[in-house]
Amino acid sequence: MEFNPRIVAFLCNWCSYTGADLAGTSRMEYKSNVRVVRIMCSGRIEPTFVLRAFTKGADGVLICGCHPGDCHYQEGNYRCLRRFLLLQKYILQMGIETERLKLEWISASEGKQFAELVNSFTETITELGPCKIKDTMKVLT
Amino acid sequence: MEGSKPKLKLAVYWAAACGGCCVSVLDVHEKLFDVVAAADLVFWPIAFDIKYRDVEEMPDQNIDVTLFNGAVRNSENEHMAKLLRKKSKILVAYGSCSHLGGIPGLANFSTKEELFRRVYSESESTVNPDNVNPLPEFEVKEGVLSLPDFYNDVRSLTQVVEVDYFIPGCPPQTERLLEVFTAIVSGAELPPKGSVIGAGTKTQCDDCIRKKTENKRIKKFYRPWEIQDDGVSCFMEQGVICMGPATREGCGYRCIKGNAPCRGCYGPPTGVIDPGAKMMSSIASIIDEKEPEEISRVLEDVVDPAGLFYRFSLPVSLIRRKLI
Repeated sequence: MEFNPRIVAFLCNWCSYTGADLAGTSRMEYKSNVRVVRIMCSGRIEPTFVLRAFTKGADGVLICGCHPGDCHYQEGNYRCLRRFLLLQKYILQMGIETERLKLEWISASEGKQFAELVNSFTETITELGPCKIKDTMKVLT
Repeated sequence: MEGSKPKLKLAVYWAAACGGCCVSVLDVHEKLFDVVAAADLVFWPIAFDIKYRDVEEMPDQNIDVTLFNGAVRNSENEHMAKLLRKKSKILVAYGSCSHLGGIPGLANFSTKEELFRRVYSESESTVNPDNVNPLPEFEVKEGVLSLPDFYNDVRSLTQVVEVDYFIPGCPPQTERLLEVFTAIVSGAELPPKGSVIGAGTKTQCDDCIRKKTENKRIKKFYRPWEIQDDGVSCFMEQGVICMGPATREGCGYRCIKGNAPCRGCYGPPTGVIDPGAKMMSSIASIIDEKEPEEISRVLEDVVDPAGLFYRFSLPVSLIRRKLI
């Protein structure tokens, strides 16, 4: 059976979700593997959200926020960036490929960039194959 | 005893543990007389010679309270966890290993094969030219010798059997144990099943004795030996990673009072699923850099985030072992 990755995308309300919305209203086509979760700010993303997405079966996690300097709440996206960089270090130690977690800045006008991002990220994850996490977590039960 | 109230039956058991928890029970010192006045210790391998067989022969629910310390690492630990569950009315996960997996839980960064290879052939002090490895069963002319089966994963007690209460700590503070014990003896109403007892609900930082300001902006993290601690201000503000923001209060700040940062043995506060993730969130918030390269430079000082933030809690965290 062909591998169809499951991707969870956390999009901030003010820029990235609006950008994704623009892709939709402009009738751009992009891969349907992505499940979008709207949050108020990329600074709201706790590492727990990302880890939980992985343990619940996500093969990749995409985080999108406003471009640096454009955050609706001034500094939320910088917090997100720092958490992302620390998380990358952590997931690498745990044996999850760092390519499975991606952070990109998408503004409200970047519908096209969002569609391209989803397509390229889906391709990356498809090449990587399914995340091993589900099999490893099964050992216990 | 003058009263007609029957004495409580108390058991203490150690699984994959260092023995510190049993010592913390002994640390009741002369209060031990009050304990034995109200309770009979029916099983405690570190103190008395009572065999597993004797426990097996007890009727079910015979023991009132069992303090189970240590993680579940092999088949013996698992057998005893299940046995003591059956024989006890109240089963308490006592100490970090039993509560969260603890220090033995760090073995979940490796597999059984990796551990055996390291211990029986690669370690600097190993001399094993015939490559002898332990076997669960071995036949000799007198019969079959057996050893417990070593598991690939370390588990906390609640991942193996149903647990009534959790008393956190590495080891738990003896005063808290006495409070809990007194409550049980006095017949006071016990908290709902599954509660963490003998500890607070908030974080260490909430009532920390060190001086805190809003000025938490870090450009470099230090290991504790790299700086001269002023003995007064918040460790985090000095750039020393302290697990306080993601750790339950109730230990009496033993480490902080000893001028050492919190290591997180009391586990996550109420409502937190994954203490390490909470800690990452907290650490990332206070780094005072905005460029990816600069942030990465600061994060270089956090050499081993998984080991540091999950020191006591790896087996119960969201990603409970290294992927294999």
